[in-house]
Order: sequence, then structure tokens, then C-alpha cells
Amino acid sequence: MSDKSTLFKFDNISVTVEGKQVVNSVSLNIKRGEVHAIMGPNGSGKSSLSNALMGHPAYNITNGQAALDGVDILGMAADERSRAGLFLAFQYPLAIPGVTVANFMRTALQAHRGKDADMADFRKLFKKKMADLSIDPTFATRYLNDGFSGGEKKRIEILQLSVLDPKMAILDETDSGLDIDALKEVSKGINEYRNNNNAVLMVTHYQRLLNYVKPDFVHVMMDGRLVTSGGPELALKLEDQGYEWVEKEFGQKAEA
Amino acid sequence: MSDSIQKQKESLAALNEDYESKYGFSDPVDYFHKGAKGINHEVVEMITKMKKEPRWMADIRHEALDIFLSKPMPAWGDIKLINEIDFDNIYYFMKPIENQQNSWDDVPDYIKKTFDRLGIPEAEKNFLGGVSAQYESEVVYHSMKEELKEQGVLFLDMDSALREHPDIVKKYFGTIIPMTDNKFAALNTAVWSGGSFIYVPPGVQVTVPLQAYFRINAENMGQFERTLIIADKGARIHYIEGCTAPTYSTDSLHSAVVEVLALEDSNIRYTTIQNWSRNIFNLVTKRANAHARSTVEWVDGNLGSRLTMKYPCIQLLGEGARGEILSVALAGTDQHLDAGAKVIHVAPNTSSRITSKSISKGNGRASYRGLAKVHKNATGAKLAVECDALLIGEEARSDTYPTIEVDAKNVAVEHEARVSKVAEEQLFYLTSRGLTEDDARLLIVNGFMEPFTKELPLEYAVELNRLIELEMEGSIG
Ligand SMILES: Nc1ncnc2c1ncn2[C@@H]1O[C@H](COP(=O)(O)OP(=O)(O)O)[C@@H](O)[C@H]1O
Ligand SMILES: [Mg+2]
Repeated sequence: MSDKSTLFKFDNISVTVEGKQVVNSVSLNIKRGEVHAIMGPNGSGKSSLSNALMGHPAYNITNGQAALDGVDILGMAADERSRAGLFLAFQYPLAIPGVTVANFMRTALQAHRGKDADMADFRKLFKKKMADLSIDPTFATRYLNDGFSGGEKKRIEILQLSVLDPKMAILDETDSGLDIDALKEVSKGINEYRNNNNAVLMVTHYQRLLNYVKPDFVHVMMDGRLVTSGGPELALKLEDQGYEWVEKEFGQKAEA
Repeated sequence: MSDSIQKQKESLAALNEDYESKYGFSDPVDYFHKGAKGINHEVVEMITKMKKEPRWMADIRHEALDIFLSKPMPAWGDIKLINEIDFDNIYYFMKPIENQQNSWDDVPDYIKKTFDRLGIPEAEKNFLGGVSAQYESEVVYHSMKEELKEQGVLFLDMDSALREHPDIVKKYFGTIIPMTDNKFAALNTAVWSGGSFIYVPPGVQVTVPLQAYFRINAENMGQFERTLIIADKGARIHYIEGCTAPTYSTDSLHSAVVEVLALEDSNIRYTTIQNWSRNIFNLVTKRANAHARSTVEWVDGNLGSRLTMKYPCIQLLGEGARGEILSVALAGTDQHLDAGAKVIHVAPNTSSRITSKSISKGNGRASYRGLAKVHKNATGAKLAVECDALLIGEEARSDTYPTIEVDAKNVAVEHEARVSKVAEEQLFYLTSRGLTEDDARLLIVNGFMEPFTKELPLEYAVELNRLIELEMEGSIG
């Protein structure tokens, strides 16, 4: 079928925020069924890239192209990108007081399916996804991320991923703030989401999530640039040796 | 209300109109009586004569008029706006029909149509225990369920109550809000007409709400309803009022007085959804006396109007009495909603909670003005005040003027005030899940209002969300 065809491709993406360039000419070609990881030290521009690709109005893409399933997305607003099949799990999900998780999920799914679409299956689907992720049913009626712990917020992000079932998922530091049990649950959720027609881009500082969700490719980001790429072994090397060697080897280039 | 947005969308599908078409219409009316504009002792005498009132009430009215004329305008609040009221350019009494009706069939068509469009008879059929509909100065339709009558519940318009139960009216009228209280209370006392009278006998639990609907139709109209609610010992009652008016280029005045009395162990909830057009000055005095172990709750939703000044008050007079005031205000462009709450702790071990939520958008301005006072005998009092303001757009404005005075020992006070903006980050979070920016903003606003909305009967919650959606349309920038 459409296996191994390109799903999400961006070229020479540069991003400025508050007038400062934070991402510099980054390119990636992600095929269906693949898992990519972008690793890099804090402040290297990983979240800026993720936010910009999702359409955050504060992050200006000053140069480059990006296409999802062959369709240019840079002219789209965030909601259109979402409905086109792009998803971003946030590093710091925000609280929306007064809006329950269930109401929010229903509203989001309705937005994806269209205003007049039938939602009769929602309750069942939502319940099942909650159970799959071992999320306590009482979360359905709690206000979105309001007073949630860091780990609970990340689980709810993965719940959103699994309910909306996008083509392309960018997961920004989904592993941060999780204890080992939560990390396993969340990884299980990501693995259940994966199939041969979608793809995952994991953005992370540490490689421990990569023990549970095996990447096909690992890219290293430094000072707004992707400086090197490799297989899973690259992640292990970073875990072992830290980012200093990257800095030594590529830091110069990044500044040039 | 987990599916509130959804429900509201559904109810909206058929009805996506603005205030102008839904509430802004007006009827050309041949009034049974329409006096001259302006206020003086002759007007007061005419009102009391037309109503065939006892002399003691006429005397009260004349005395109140003198107080109104001698009191200066308030020197606080929105002084500029309030001084735009032209008391000489207002009709103080308009009687649309000769007699009140108890059957919709007998209500004149043009009025029936108005209330039909406002959904009143539907609501009565579906979930209300009784309905009163006031048009201009007088109640034109009134009904109550038979079983409530049998339990001895009295629910009448104030004019009828004065005729049929003069002893009760005389005993309580003006005892909670004396005519000297403020200039607008004096004005209301002088020219009051219509309003609701409720008496619930000891121990009677009224579980279905009673509702009154106040409609101003004429331009330059002054509506001065007078409401008195008494829950006798151990009784329970929920009263709901709704208000709308057509949109005119010149202003009308709505100045009500509401007196509420909760005797020992009783429970009163008073819910208001006001949705005035933008030419209404809404200056209302509402106060409740709560006796031992009773509970009084004001649930007060304020949309629309040019200027609203309203501070529902609870005086906790008996040991263990509890008061709760939950109010929301939505101030759109060119509107100033100056709303708030007052609680006065007089007896020991009384408790109160004030929750005020406001939304300002465009150049709208919402102010919270509150007073929480604990007298020296009210030891062991507990009070909590929470003010939450949400700003939409750069020009929106919110102010809080909270005053807390504690003269007793062993008192627990909590106070919180927050101002937030609909943040770009929140909008991005929601739009990244596929919601349009408008839907995202609406969801945030509805979430903000949720603590209020969830206290309303479902029908009102849906209606309120719908009104908010109408207000929010095109609110960007
Ligand atoms: N909203 C913002 N406003 C100003 N600076 C920002 C903003 N977001 C990111 N930055 C800056 O961009 C750089 C990259 O940050 P970020 O993308 O968060 O890196 P990472 O996710 O790799 O830790 C940092 O210098 C950070 O301070
Ligand atoms: Mg980051």
C-alpha cells in the first residue's frame, strides 16, 4: 500500500520568536510507519520547532516549506493543521478551568469530524481510551489540566493523541515529569497509537523514553540546527557521553 | 454540564440571531394608561389612585418621593454615566391592559407574542411551579400550580398582594430596605408597580422554581417593580427572574427593590438572569435578612444594560445563618457593569461566601464592588470572597473594590482576587486540537462561567451559554 511513502516533510525551516532566530534551516523527511527522535540540550530550539510546525502564532516561520501528506501546511492556522492530521503533545499543557476533559475531547473530536457529524460513539470510545491508558474515570469530569500533576498532564496529552488519532504526532518532552510506571503507561499508549500509516516525531532531552518507543532515526539539535543524524545507537551514545562531544564536533559549525 | 458546548450548539442551530432580533423587537401598543413624563406628587397620587391603594401606602409613596427629591445622586461608582439619567424624560407608570389575566388565552395577542418569543409559556409548561409576566409597569399574566396553592403558598404580583394580603404587606414592606436607604430605593418606593410577592408557610418545601419575567417595551420607560419574598420557618423556595427590553436610541430606567426574608431554618435561592438591551440603566437594590440557621443564596447573572449598579446583600441576623452570593457580569462594548455583593455578619457562627466573576470585552468595563462586614457579636464567623475577572482584548477593563471589615474575634476570612486574560497560549492549545479560534475562545469563556452556570436549572444554563455565545461573536480585536 502506501507503506514507506513520505508522510511529513519539511525543508529549511527557520523560526524566529520575539525577533530572535531560534531555529535555523532544519529539514526532515518522515515516512509512514517511522519513529523519529530529535534530541538536544535545553534551549536548542526543539520546542520552538515543534510549536512553529503546529502553527503557534508567536513562532514565525521565516523560511522553508512543510507538507503533510503532500499538502502544504504553512498557510494554515493551527486548527486547520490539526484537522489536516497534525498533532502536538505539549511540553507544558495548559489548564482550561471549567472545561471538563470529556467536554473538551468531545468538542475537539467534533471539530475533526465536522459540525454535523454523528457523535453517538463518543462516550464508548472515550471510556475505552481512558481505560487503555489506565486513567481513572473520574478524570472525565475534572477540568482540563486544572491542578493535574506533571505526569497526569502528560497522560492526558496521550489520551488526546489516541482519541484524535492524527496522521502525524509530534511529542514534545512527553517523558519529562513521569515516574517509571507512568513512563511505561505513556509509552504503551504511544505504541498502541502507532501503525504503518502514521508517524511519530519525539522531541526529548533524555533517551529513556526511547527505551520504550524505539526510534528508527535519531537527530541531534544544537543551537537551532540539526547537526547530525543516526540510528538508535546515537541516542545511547548521547545518554552515555552527554552532549559535550556534539558541542565539540558540531558547535563550531552551528555558530558559523 | 459536560456537554454544554454541544447542547448550546444544537440549540443555536435554529436560532443564530442577535439580541436585536431575539429580544430587541418592540410592540406598538395602545396603552390602557400612559401618563405624562416626569415625576412629582401628582404622578404619585395618580398611581396610587389608579391602583385604588389604601391611604397608608399612598402616604408611604409621598414620603418616599420627598426623600428621592432631597437625596443627591450617588457620589461614587460611574458618576459620569449615572448623571446622564434624565428623570424628566421618563414615563413612571404605564399600564398596558386593564386587568391581569390568569390564562394565556386572555392575554392580548401582541403581548402574548412577546412572551411566546421569549419562551415563557414553554418554560411554564416544562419545569416551573408558577409564572408571573410583567409588561411595563404591571403584571399582565400570572399563574401557579394548584398543589402549591393547596399547600398555602402565596405567589402574586405585589399589587394584588397589597389588595388581598394587606396585613402581611404592611408588616414587611420597607422593613428590609427602608425608603431612606438610597436615592433609587426612595424612587422605587414612591412609584413602585408590579413585582412579585411570595409567602411560603412554615415547613413547606417548594421544589419547582417560581419565575417572574420582566419586560420593558416602551421607550423612555421606567420600570419599578417591587418584590417581597418571605420563607417562613423551615420553608424552601427557589425564585427566578429574567429581564429583557427592546433596543432604543434613548434610555430607559429599571430600578427595582427586592426584599427577602428568610425565617429560622428556611432556605431561599433567588436567581436572576438579566439580559438588558444597551439603553437600560439598571439600578437595583436587593437585600435579604437571614435568621437563625437559614440559608439565602443570590445567583445573579448580569448581561447587557448601559450601566448596571447592583450589589445583592445578605444580613446574617441569626446564629448559624448562611449566605452565598454568586454573580457574573459580562460587560461588552460601551457598557459598564458595576456589580458586587454585600454580606453583613451580625450573629455568631454565621458563614458567607461571595464569588464574583466578570468578563469584559471590547472597551467594556466590569467592576466588582463588595463589602463584607463582621459585627462584634458575630464571633466564629466564616467568610470567603473570591473575585475573578477575565479580559478579552486590549481595551477591556476590570476593577475591584473589595472592603472587608472585621470587628469580632475568632473570624476566618479568605480573600482571593484574580485578573486573567484569554491567553494566546490557551488559545493555541485549543486550536491545536482542531477548534477554531472563535470556538476556542468561547470554550474558555464558558469554562470561566461554569461555576455559575452549573448552579442554574439546565434550561437557563443552555440559554445563558447561548447569550454568551451571541455576545462573544466577533469579539476579536
Ligand atoms: N515564546 C518565547 N519567547 C522568547 N523566547 C523564546 C520563546 N520560546 C523559546 N524561546 C527561546 O528560544 C530558544 C529555544 O528554546 P526552546 O525551543 O524552548 O528549546 P528546547 O525546547 O530545545 O529546550 C531559547 O533561547 C528560548 O529562550
Ligand atoms: Mg522544549
